[in-house]
Amino acid sequence: MSEYILELRNITKIFPGVRALDRVQFQLKPGEIHALMGENGAGKSTFIKVITGVHTPDEGEIFLNGNKVEITNTREAQRLGIAAIYQHVTNYPDLSVTENIYMGHEKIQKGTRRLLWKEMHHDARQLLKSLGSDIDPREPMGSLSVAQQQIVEIAKALSTNAKIIIMDEPTAALTKRESEELYKITEQLKADGVTVIFISHRFEDIYRLADRVTVFRDSKYIGTWNMKDISHNELIIAMVGREIKQLFPKKTVEIKEEILRVEKLGQIGRFADVSFSLHKGEILGITGLVGAGRSELCQALFGIERYDTGKIYFKGKEVVIKSPQNAMKLGIGYLPEDRQDQSLILSWEISKNITLSFLKKLSRKGWLDEKKEREISKELSEKVSVKANSIFSLASSLSGGNQQKVSIAKLLAGDLEVLIFDEPTKGVDIGAKEAIYEIMNNLASQGYGIIMISSEMPEVLGLSNRIIVMCEGRITKVFSRDEATQEKILEAAMKKSLAASVIEK
Amino acid sequence: MGETKGKQKLITGIAKFRELGLLGFIGVLVVFFQILNPKFLSLDNLNNLITNTAILVILSIGMMLVLITRGIDLSVGSTLALSGMISALFVSQHPNAHPLAALFLGILIGVICGVVLGFFVSRVGILPIIASLGLMNILRGTTFWVSGGEWVSAHQMPASFKGIATGEIFGVNTLVVIAIIIFLVFYYFVGFTVTGRQIYAVGSNPDSADISGINQKNILLLVYSIMGGLSGLAGVLWVSKFASAQGDTASGYELTVIAACILGGVSIAGGSGKIVGVLLGAVLLGIIDNALPLIKVSPFWQMAIEGIIILTGVLFNTFTKRAVERNNLMRRAI
Amino acid sequence: MEPRFEPRTISSYKEFSWKRVFLKWEWLLVGILLIIFFINSMLSPYFLNYFNITDATRSFLDKAFIVFPMVMIMLMREIDISVGSTVALSSVIMATVYSMGLPMELAIIVCLLVGALCGYINGYLIVKFKELSAVIVTLSTMILYRGIAYMMLEDQSIGGFPSWFTYFGWGSIATLPFILIVFILLSFIFTLLLHKTVFGRNIYAIGSNPNAARFSGVNVDKIKRIVYTLAGLMAAVTAIFLTSRMGSTRPNIANMYELDVIAMVALGGISTAGGKGNMYGAIIAVFVIGYLQYGLGLINIPAQILLIIIGLLLIMSVSITNLKSSRKLTIFKKKNKEQVL
Repeated sequence: MSEYILELRNITKIFPGVRALDRVQFQLKPGEIHALMGENGAGKSTFIKVITGVHTPDEGEIFLNGNKVEITNTREAQRLGIAAIYQHVTNYPDLSVTENIYMGHEKIQKGTRRLLWKEMHHDARQLLKSLGSDIDPREPMGSLSVAQQQIVEIAKALSTNAKIIIMDEPTAALTKRESEELYKITEQLKADGVTVIFISHRFEDIYRLADRVTVFRDSKYIGTWNMKDISHNELIIAMVGREIKQLFPKKTVEIKEEILRVEKLGQIGRFADVSFSLHKGEILGITGLVGAGRSELCQALFGIERYDTGKIYFKGKEVVIKSPQNAMKLGIGYLPEDRQDQSLILSWEISKNITLSFLKKLSRKGWLDEKKEREISKELSEKVSVKANSIFSLASSLSGGNQQKVSIAKLLAGDLEVLIFDEPTKGVDIGAKEAIYEIMNNLASQGYGIIMISSEMPEVLGLSNRIIVMCEGRITKVFSRDEATQEKILEAAMKKSLAASVIEK
Repeated sequence: MGETKGKQKLITGIAKFRELGLLGFIGVLVVFFQILNPKFLSLDNLNNLITNTAILVILSIGMMLVLITRGIDLSVGSTLALSGMISALFVSQHPNAHPLAALFLGILIGVICGVVLGFFVSRVGILPIIASLGLMNILRGTTFWVSGGEWVSAHQMPASFKGIATGEIFGVNTLVVIAIIIFLVFYYFVGFTVTGRQIYAVGSNPDSADISGINQKNILLLVYSIMGGLSGLAGVLWVSKFASAQGDTASGYELTVIAACILGGVSIAGGSGKIVGVLLGAVLLGIIDNALPLIKVSPFWQMAIEGIIILTGVLFNTFTKRAVERNNLMRRAI
Repeated sequence: MEPRFEPRTISSYKEFSWKRVFLKWEWLLVGILLIIFFINSMLSPYFLNYFNITDATRSFLDKAFIVFPMVMIMLMREIDISVGSTVALSSVIMATVYSMGLPMELAIIVCLLVGALCGYINGYLIVKFKELSAVIVTLSTMILYRGIAYMMLEDQSIGGFPSWFTYFGWGSIATLPFILIVFILLSFIFTLLLHKTVFGRNIYAIGSNPNAARFSGVNVDKIKRIVYTLAGLMAAVTAIFLTSRMGSTRPNIANMYELDVIAMVALGGISTAGGKGNMYGAIIAVFVIGYLQYGLGLINIPAQILLIIIGLLLIMSVSITNLKSSRKLTIFKKKNKEQVL
């Protein structure tokens, strides 16, 4: 009998162009609460998906209670007693809590196969009670708050006799009081013999609940420690301590006058009290962990969804931005995070993609000017070094890096003055990354004001003149290029709950 | 937890309120119409009202299942007409056949139509609106074709056939009995069987349905087949009641059926709908359709009223949903 | 600092390929059209006569005007099933105001305004309430508009238009039917609009990837409102020609026009998955279905049987275009309870 309830050895998972997990190890002791930490993109989500059967590893082995297992799909994982609780909705909002709990393993009467509601409601109520909740299981799932839905998800896991429950950022959407309730529930689970893995960015969660902690970084396993044996600083260093290879020295660019200023900007439920200013020639990095509100902030600046409070000043004059057309007319452009869904039309050729944002300007009074389109597509494609045979190649035939270059070229087809890049090198190979960095530097030196949202530390530190760190919808710290370090940034990205947690070591 | 319980109560309150509200509204309307025209509650009129409504109830139950899966079926009227026509032709040529044979034939035709539609929607992947629009016309044309352009009129139908609609079982009109049976059967089906609940799951969150191991394609095929079968049944009952089978029978009736469902609280976005609500919605609509001519409102106003009902019904749903979502966002303390 | 990378050059030369020109759906349609012509001429020795061929267009071109905006609507993955009702309502209102004393010229203007308004209401509702799919909105307006027409005219009909009014349906210019001339003219305009303007390119963008279009600054809402208004306007144009041809109007005219129009668009190669297809295909499809109907009429096949054929054509076209673009459109493509009916 192994001392571990779950063990993973040398797990590797590769997706086209990216190594999501690189010979990762993991050992889970029965009955413990085990925290999994790491930056965005460190591999935590992929790892969980391997355990729950969503992905199968390309290399490596999984052992459950000492026995080798293959977890090929989610039903298999459920059968093995592994359950995961995510933040996003995977339930049926119109159906009752009971139904959501028992979906897939309903209680039916032998013979007539009639659904036994009374029993199921009763058992559901018991389950919820054991978790300290008085939710009426006959209510529709959609009428519950996020916290309550999470509790139901836990109840669901228990109803399938899960022995290992994985929680992905469980307290991210909860209030302090709801988080406290969740802590109690988790401790109760432990007392009942359930083993818990939870992913969190909140030190409060970690210090309160975890027995041991494992850290991933850049798809690799860094280490596992008993909570009492590792100091706060050591934990931070484990998460970000890497050598930053200097890609190439940052050009010193003259920073000119202020072009954009934001005062106390807020959007209900997403971000609040955000104020900063941007200057011509400056690259302002915005970083933080998932859920910090960075994309929402920038999309509000671009008019995708309206902000609720606060003011925006462009070139000193107050403006109101209500739509992307407003923003572009002022001179603000946005490079979306998900280029395939939000930026490019994959079935179109490169040329048509590049010209899409500024068709009017490139047209003759509304009539398409194909010659001009060709000229400008060629010019911009060459400017950003798109590797393709011709501007008539389809966007779908390009690599990730080249697709991103085309997205960037799109922004250059018109007269913009502020450019917002949302994760500009996500899913892009190293060669294209360097090319994109150079492009951004050149744009800065041409006088553009650039905002860059990024989760990659080297990028943030290497390119930005100043760095804004956000956490759960608010700005926690602003650094200048010289004073920023990876550790300080991560600290600030997790800062919100730090005051409440035990730090000293 | 206190404040969230309050919100929970509000939303479920509206849901429960709806059925009671409909019931209350029905009561009010009955009194209203009776005052305006005492003939409303006469035996004759009530009989007419109830038999018409019975057919609408049967069809609405089928449509409810389709709407729950986020689909739609515009071919109901044509399926009804075709099955009605074929069974009428059958009995006119075999007057000694037992009426049950005619019923069976009608249902069979209906099921076949439903299966075809379900096939195109679930396997070929055609949008329900387009598939049912096309099928609607194919079936309507077929109805004219098999009838040779002629009506099947009362004197061509044996008494046993016409008796389906006029006959009684235990003192209650046959149509009503059938409607009640259908209601009970499906009440059980959607409330107490795994398959029935899977229909709701598919409409509520199709992405999760896959993960839960539900075979979506089969569920879709099932709901359209059921709708077809019920349309077929309704077809036979219709031509029996009106003692006439025409090429344009029930033309456009699908819209009335959809209106009844919307009135009954079926969400057009899928995933929710109560069979009791649909029953009440059909009754309400049946009363309105019946009473309008009695209070000297031109029956030509019926269509416009149905349009308004559907539009306001779905807009109302939309507003309540938006309010709920806004509430959820506001809870997030940033 | 010197750029570290060799400047690349990229070709802007579009190679001409015979394959690209001829391997198209539109040529298939032309082929089918020729086959229909051939069969028709077999059915009736009088068919292959200039006068007959052109005259035949009077019977089916009236509804064809709606095809233009419907192509745009379906390219954007939307739909409009209220067009037949819009035809009926604008026609009924036109006749009503005329019978109340308004000069016919003004009545025609009123007709166009009513149609545009009906279309605008559709566009407004669809854009404003994104939770509601185009299906349910246009289904409701379909019932509502025709319902209003019934409220106004019940089962009566209005006729007695001035004699010059028949010119729309029956007149000719230089041996070609007037309706054909107008159709050809509008074909030019709409084809240019869709294929050669910024507006048209934006429509394709919205249909191919609505998110990307929005993030690229395309004013999706405005374009949808405009296109639906155009649909209503063209329905009113249809109303004028139809009413003129029949000499009178009643609330149940243009029954099932939406089926014919959607069938023409689908046959024309517009996929319901959006973003693919062109105006040429739809125009050829108009004539394919039109002459098919005409041919069946030659052998006295009743109009109702025609319904079967159009219905079959619709389902077949959609099946083929769906499988062709191999982006199988399942019901559940959109998230968040948006319905793709």
